Amino acid sequence: MSDVVKDPWAKLRDVTPARIGLGRNGAGLPTGANLEFQFAHARARDAVHSALDVAALEAELAPFEVIRVTSAAMDRASYLRRPDLGRKLGAGEAEKLNARPPCDVAFVIADGLSSAAVQAHAAAVVHAASEKLDGLTLGPVTIATQARVAIGDEIGAALGARLVVLLVGERPGLTVADSLGAYLTYAPTPGTKDSQRNCLSNIHGKGGMSYGQAAAKIAWLTRAALERGVTGTGLKEESGSLEIENAPLIDGA
Amino acid sequence: MSAHLSKSRAFAVARGKVSGRTTETRHDMSAYSCTLGGENFRFKTLAEVMAKATPARSGDALAGLMAESDVERVAAQMVLADLPLKVFLEELLIPYNSDEVTRLIVDSHDAAAFAPVSHMTVGQFRDWLLSDAATPAALAALAPGLMPEMAAAVSKLMRNRDLIAVARKITVVTAFRTTLGLEGRIGSRLQPNHPADDLKGIVASTLDGLSYAVGDAVIGINPATDNIPTAMTLLSMLDDLRARYDIPTQSCVLTHVTNSIEIIERGAPLDLVFQSVAGTQAANEGFGVTLAMLKEAHEAALSLGRGTVGQNVMYFETGQGSALSADAHHGIDQQTLEARAYAVCRAYDPLIVNTVVGFIGPEYLYDGKEIIRAGLEDVFCGKLLGLPMGCDVCYTNHAEADQNDMDVLMTLLANARAQFLIGVPGADDIMLNYQSLSFHDIAYLRNALGLKAAPEFEAWLEVMGLVNESGHLLQSDLGAQRLLEAAQ
Repeated sequence: MSDVVKDPWAKLRDVTPARIGLGRNGAGLPTGANLEFQFAHARARDAVHSALDVAALEAELAPFEVIRVTSAAMDRASYLRRPDLGRKLGAGEAEKLNARPPCDVAFVIADGLSSAAVQAHAAAVVHAASEKLDGLTLGPVTIATQARVAIGDEIGAALGARLVVLLVGERPGLTVADSLGAYLTYAPTPGTKDSQRNCLSNIHGKGGMSYGQAAAKIAWLTRAALERGVTGTGLKEESGSLEIENAPLIDGA
Repeated sequence: MSAHLSKSRAFAVARGKVSGRTTETRHDMSAYSCTLGGENFRFKTLAEVMAKATPARSGDALAGLMAESDVERVAAQMVLADLPLKVFLEELLIPYNSDEVTRLIVDSHDAAAFAPVSHMTVGQFRDWLLSDAATPAALAALAPGLMPEMAAAVSKLMRNRDLIAVARKITVVTAFRTTLGLEGRIGSRLQPNHPADDLKGIVASTLDGLSYAVGDAVIGINPATDNIPTAMTLLSMLDDLRARYDIPTQSCVLTHVTNSIEIIERGAPLDLVFQSVAGTQAANEGFGVTLAMLKEAHEAALSLGRGTVGQNVMYFETGQGSALSADAHHGIDQQTLEARAYAVCRAYDPLIVNTVVGFIGPEYLYDGKEIIRAGLEDVFCGKLLGLPMGCDVCYTNHAEADQNDMDVLMTLLANARAQFLIGVPGADDIMLNYQSLSFHDIAYLRNALGLKAAPEFEAWLEVMGLVNESGHLLQSDLGAQRLLEAAQ
C-alpha cells in the first residue's frame, strides 16, 4: 500500500465502515482486499458452524447449576434447514428439567447462529445480570445446543420459571461475528408469540453493548416484567430511554 | 366441472417409451396420477403437482410440500407437462373470493394475447418457448396473456440453460431519467447503505459506486431507521447530489409505500415509490400493503412528473419464501407464489423489479445451487410476464454459499439479460449484514460480456471521464478525482 498517501479515497474511508476505495486491477479486486474479505467471511462461517464447547462454558458458569439439553435438530444442517426443530427440545430432554422447585428467573443459553458469541460473552452476561437480580429466586442455567429462541419457552415451562432470560448467538456479519442477543419472556410456555418477548441485541466487544449495560437492561426489564406480568409490546412503551426492540428480527429466532 | 373435463383430455394421452420405461399418465376423477417405471404416483391437487414438480429447495421441504424422492419429482413433472396451460385458468390455486392477488390475475388476464398458446400443454409450451417461433416480438405480445402460474409451471420443466435461453430473448424497456433493458446493456442499482444513515458515509459509498459506473438503474438506500423524517432527509441529500453532478439517474429510499405517499404529500423530491410485495393477499398484509395502497402510490408518483425520458415510477422487491415466512402460503410452493408476486408488480408499470434471491436465509434456499436456480427462475418468470426483472445476487453467512456462487449467478443472469443487478461497496452491506455483488462485479460483467450502462448514464460517464467509448472503466483515476473534488 505504498501509494496510500495519494489515494484519493483515504479521507472518505474515515466516514464509513463500508469497503470503499478498494482500488482495482481492470475490474478486478486487488489481492489484499480480496483476502481481507475472504477472512471476514471465513470467520463468520466458522462462527455459524463451530460447535459450542459446552464443558468450557459450564466451567465458566460456576457456581450455577447447569443443565445441558439439545434441541430436536440433530445437527447443524438440520438446524439451518428446519427452524421449527431448533425451537423445541429433543425427545426425552424435558425430563432433565422436571421436578425442581419453581423459580422467578431461569437463564437459558442457546448457541443460535454464533457459537463464538455464546462462548465469548454468555457466561459473563449471566454473572453480571444475576448480580443485579438480588431478592429473586434464580433457577439452574440451561445450555441448549442447536437451539433457537423459542426453545426457552419449553425449558422455562418445564422448570416452572416465571420468566426466562435467553441468551443466543446472533447471525454473524462480516464485521462482527460474535454478537450476542438476549430475549426476555414472561410466563414462558410453548406457543408464545415473538411479540410477547423483549429483545436486546448487539452485545459484543466491537462497539456493541457492554456486559454492564446488558446486565442493567436485563435486570430492569426482569423486575418490570415480574411486577407487571408482561413482556413484549406491553412493556415497550414504558421502558424509557432504554433502546429495546420487541420484534426479534434476527434469524436466530 | 370444466376443469375436470380439461384434465381428462390431458390425461387421455398415453405416453410412449421414456428411457426404455413405459409411462402413462391418466386422470381418474379424483387425482392427477402417472405410472412411471412400474410405480403409480398420485397427486391430489394441481397445487401438489406444482410443488412436487419443483426442483428441490429447503423452503418447500420446510413447508412439507417437496417431492419425497427424485423419481416422484419426475413423475410430477411428467403429469405437469401433459396438463393444458388452460388448466390454470380453470382451476385456481388460491380461490378468487379469498385472495385479491388471484382476483387481479384473473381479471387482468388478456385472452386475446393468450390465444396463440392457448391450445398447448405445459410441455408443448416449453418446446415452443425454446423454438425459433418464439421470437422477441412474439414473447412480448404473449406476456399479458400469461398467468404467473403458467410461467411458474413451464419453468419447472426447464433446465437452467433453458431459462437463460428464453429469458435472453425477451426485451422489456422501461424509463425514468435513464432507459433500461435495451439490447447490449445491463443496469445497476447503487446501494450505499449505512448502519446509522450517516449522510457523509452514504455519500462516500455513492461516489465510490459512481466511479465504477454503477447507479444507472437507481441509487437506492435501505434506511436503517425506517421513518418519514429519515427518508425525507435521505431523499433530499440524494437529489442534491444528483443535481450537483447532473447525473441522469433516479434515486429511491426503500421505505414503506404508505411513507412514500406521505412524503409525496409533503413535497419531498421522490422519484420512485418502493415496496416489497408477495404472491398472496395474506403475505402482502404481512408487509402491511394492499393493492389499493399500491394504486394510490402509483398515481401519486405519476402526478409528480419527475421522469424525463419515461414515467415508470415504481420499484418492487420480491423473493421466494416470503409467503411461507409470513405463514401465508396456502400450501403452494414458494416459486409459484413468487411468480404470483410478479402479477402484483406488473399492474403498476414498474421501472425495476428485483428478486432478493438469497437474502431470506437457508431455510428457504439452502445453498449456492438452490440460490442460483431460484435466481434464474425468477428472472425468467419475471421477464416472461413482461417485467423489467433484475436481481440482488446475494447470500447470508449462514447459507451454504459464498462469493464464488455469486460469480456464477451474476454471469448467468447477465447472459439472461437481467434488467439490472445490485452493487454494494466490496460486496459487503454493512447495514443489512449480508453479501451482494461489489461495484467491481458490475464492471467485470460489462467488461467481460461487452455490456454497457443505460445510454443516458453512459453519456454522462464519458463526460466525467470515467469510461471510454466502449464502456470500459478508464485506468486513470482522473474521473474519480473529479467526482471527489466536486464533493468538497
